[in-house]
Amino acid sequence: MTWETVIGLEVHTQLATKTKIFSGASTEFGAAPNTQACAIDLAMPGTLPVLNAEAVRMAVMFGVAIDADIGLISAFDRKNYFYPDLPKGYQTTQLERPIVLAGKVDIQLDDGSTKTVRIHHAHLEEDAGKSLHEDFHGMSGIDLNRAGTPLIEIVSEPDMNSPEEAVAFAKKLHALVVSIGICDGEMAQGSMRFDVNVSVRKKGEELGTRTETKNLNSFRFMERAIVQEVARQIDLIEDGGTVKQETRLYDGDTHTARSMRSKEEANDYRYFPCPDLLPVEIDQAYVDAVRASLPELPEARRTRFMDSYELSAYDASVLSDEIATAAYFETVASRCGDAKLAANWVTGELAARLNSEDVLIQHCPISAEPLAALIARIIDQTISNKMAREVFAAMWEGEGEPDAIIEARGLKQVSDSGAIAGMVDVVIANSAKQVENYRKADEAKRPKMLGYFVGQIMKASKGQANPKQVNEVLLQKLDALL
Amino acid sequence: MHNLTLTELSAGLGAGEFSSVEVTEHFLARIKRLDGTYNSFITITEEQALAQAAMADQQRAAGSVPALCGVPIAHKDIFCTDGVRTSCGSKMLDNFVPPYNATVVENFAAAGVVVLGKTNMDEFAMGSSNETSYYGPVKNPWQTDCVPGGSSGGSAAAVAARLTPAATATDTGGSIRQPAALCGITGLKPTYGRVSRWGMIAFASSLDQGGPMARTAEDLALMLNEMASFDSKDSTSLEREVPDYRANLNRDVSGMTIGVPEEYFGEGLNPATEQAVRDALAELEKQGAKLKAISLPHSHLSVPAYYVIAPAEASANLSRFDGSRYGYRCENPADLRDMYMRSRSEGFGDEVKRRILIGAYCLSAGYYDAYYNKAMQVRRLIKDDFVSAFKDVDMIAGPTCPNPAFEFGAKSDDPVAMYLEDIYTIATNLAGLPGMSLPCGLVEGKPVGLQLIGNYFDEGRMLNVAHRYQQASDWHSRCAPGID
Repeated sequence: MTWETVIGLEVHTQLATKTKIFSGASTEFGAAPNTQACAIDLAMPGTLPVLNAEAVRMAVMFGVAIDADIGLISAFDRKNYFYPDLPKGYQTTQLERPIVLAGKVDIQLDDGSTKTVRIHHAHLEEDAGKSLHEDFHGMSGIDLNRAGTPLIEIVSEPDMNSPEEAVAFAKKLHALVVSIGICDGEMAQGSMRFDVNVSVRKKGEELGTRTETKNLNSFRFMERAIVQEVARQIDLIEDGGTVKQETRLYDGDTHTARSMRSKEEANDYRYFPCPDLLPVEIDQAYVDAVRASLPELPEARRTRFMDSYELSAYDASVLSDEIATAAYFETVASRCGDAKLAANWVTGELAARLNSEDVLIQHCPISAEPLAALIARIIDQTISNKMAREVFAAMWEGEGEPDAIIEARGLKQVSDSGAIAGMVDVVIANSAKQVENYRKADEAKRPKMLGYFVGQIMKASKGQANPKQVNEVLLQKLDALL
Repeated sequence: MHNLTLTELSAGLGAGEFSSVEVTEHFLARIKRLDGTYNSFITITEEQALAQAAMADQQRAAGSVPALCGVPIAHKDIFCTDGVRTSCGSKMLDNFVPPYNATVVENFAAAGVVVLGKTNMDEFAMGSSNETSYYGPVKNPWQTDCVPGGSSGGSAAAVAARLTPAATATDTGGSIRQPAALCGITGLKPTYGRVSRWGMIAFASSLDQGGPMARTAEDLALMLNEMASFDSKDSTSLEREVPDYRANLNRDVSGMTIGVPEEYFGEGLNPATEQAVRDALAELEKQGAKLKAISLPHSHLSVPAYYVIAPAEASANLSRFDGSRYGYRCENPADLRDMYMRSRSEGFGDEVKRRILIGAYCLSAGYYDAYYNKAMQVRRLIKDDFVSAFKDVDMIAGPTCPNPAFEFGAKSDDPVAMYLEDIYTIATNLAGLPGMSLPCGLVEGKPVGLQLIGNYFDEGRMLNVAHRYQQASDWHSRCAPGID
């Protein structure tokens, strides 16, 4: 029997504003506990919220980027519950009237096809602080630096049918919010957190009961959590049980999830309109201005890369998704003048190294300009591709500029045609048997037989002969013997 | 000296008849001598007051100063004062010293006003008798076995007993006007949004509004000139110029149409109170105002709507008092839940708990539409009543309260009877309109008030009408028996 998985995501995205959504305190990550919490964030008596206009602008920017309707009048509600990291005893959020209404995001599937994931809405809200349960001798510490950081919660429709699709969607959103500059995308710092709603059903049947697994802060955790949850639900049903609607919590250390609360235990949040904040009214002109200020979206960038750099769909997609990668690539391409070679290097040698060393391109030890300089030396035939890889490795280790490394290591390619012709002559003279075979062979087989001669010549030149020139000269001289 | 009005004190300081230090010392001595009887102050800020007075005298000697420079007032203990305990009348905040000033406090400080101390109030402004204060009830100076009204009972009693020439107060459902009426003084609740709520501890955010209390309308104008401001720290504050409220005090009232709502003169209104109010209206008619009978048909729904909306907002506003960051925390909490439950059970009084429970109930799943939503619909109807009334009239007038001050304990076991004390005042809060109360007679030897309700931002005209009435009457200058 075939099971179908149905997945919907709620994505908490921290907005990259300088100050908090309702106060002037800084949102910078990593400060000493409670040093970035002002009287408003601490919910001191008599303090009042004032909405950060920049948070509104960023939310609208997200809305226009996903082609959503914008709520021209949106409003804040209070969601009431008690927890020490929620100083007011309520979260200020948008329930009835969110700022971003229905929109859509296209994802590329592995088979090359495109799937549309509908966005139900996205609303503005404030983040909570953090509870620290260690180091306090049985008590808990509270850090309110994060309290009041602006979030948009992006709520998808249950349009995804596999963990891979969910991850593709999450990555797409990540690339989008970073591209348009509304989120720093630092997953390890909690800038983007996922809640996944998962259910299973037999094909063609009604939707199954869903569970919600909360607070997944990496693509990997999200994928694992979904795989596990799908398996758990299928096992449960196949063993004759039923799935209970519940909220589950994933533990990234043990890679297990446990039930946090059932539907019956769910809080009654007693939402009501926040009387301290007026409804947010924006007009179409404002939305249009935000739309006009929208930077290039990954989708448009991908098309442009294919058109103007003549890149393959795959390369264009890899290079355009993340704005940092795209910017890096474009700098390399324009400085070295060969977009295809630039693409090969960025998606090949560079990407592999970044991956193996687990470094983000933003923090890459080789910036775009020196890489372009290195590629330029391949183009002007100073060095071969192989030598370039050696230079690249040296650059990664901080040995300096490519020209200095080439000089220091004596890696200059021999492109002197006289010298190359001399080496070719020597090898031909020393390879009578191979020359004889070459002469007798079918014309179709001859190109394959060139490898031997090239190998000998490269060996003689200690790898410094320009391979292109070697090929040309060799072919010329062998053909003369036919 | 304590018999001088705020206006007279300001003039006397300007003329050099006395210094701010002298005035301040006089009132401080009076508070110390007499407030044991009235209990109108929670905190007396003697040292700070004298320093402010000395500073004011210096500034005055150095050149021109604002009108209120060096004049002492008192703040209701709901306004946060930097470095001075702000209790809100609650055990919960008995130890709370804010590190910031309310905007209202800042505004008066900028004008060089001297602060004598913080006045008593119903706990978190929830009450109509000042009996819910953690610091004990305030006595009505006119009859000390009677309540002063609430929640700004401390401010009202302090002004009535001439322990301060004026005081700040707040009004969520009548908390300025009702105690002003019961203590025989003049009080004004401005248009919602006219006075900043920053630093004013919230009871019901959409209804709370700060305002002044003093002996005369003229004094209120002087106070409101400083108190009113646009404040970017309060999103509900309205960006609108503050006029000079003294400018038109003497304007003739003839030709003005005053609406008299029939619903404010129905069953439940004490006949002697009604007579006093009708006499006051007759005086205004004599001065040329036209009286016009009007109807505010949804008036009877204002108390029930209010007692859904205000507690609903309060139930969330008071969640921050959880024992974790400031204020009262129970001894030796066993765990988080225990800390929340005992801190809040021990830190809040009964009336506060009652309203939190009512509010949480009205907002809970399955009841929200029947209570909160319905109440919000009623609120709209009540506002519409006023909007259509103001198409025909310039001002509305009636009684502030149905009865004069009642005895302690008379209504404390019957919340609904207590809530009905605010039957004529609550609607203006629901509509966001300005309202004021001024003394217009004595019933059983106790003061009663005439209420004026103005259109939005019409405080200037209300003060004008009140001032003209006070020019022709002496109720506002009468003194409680025993006050020398």
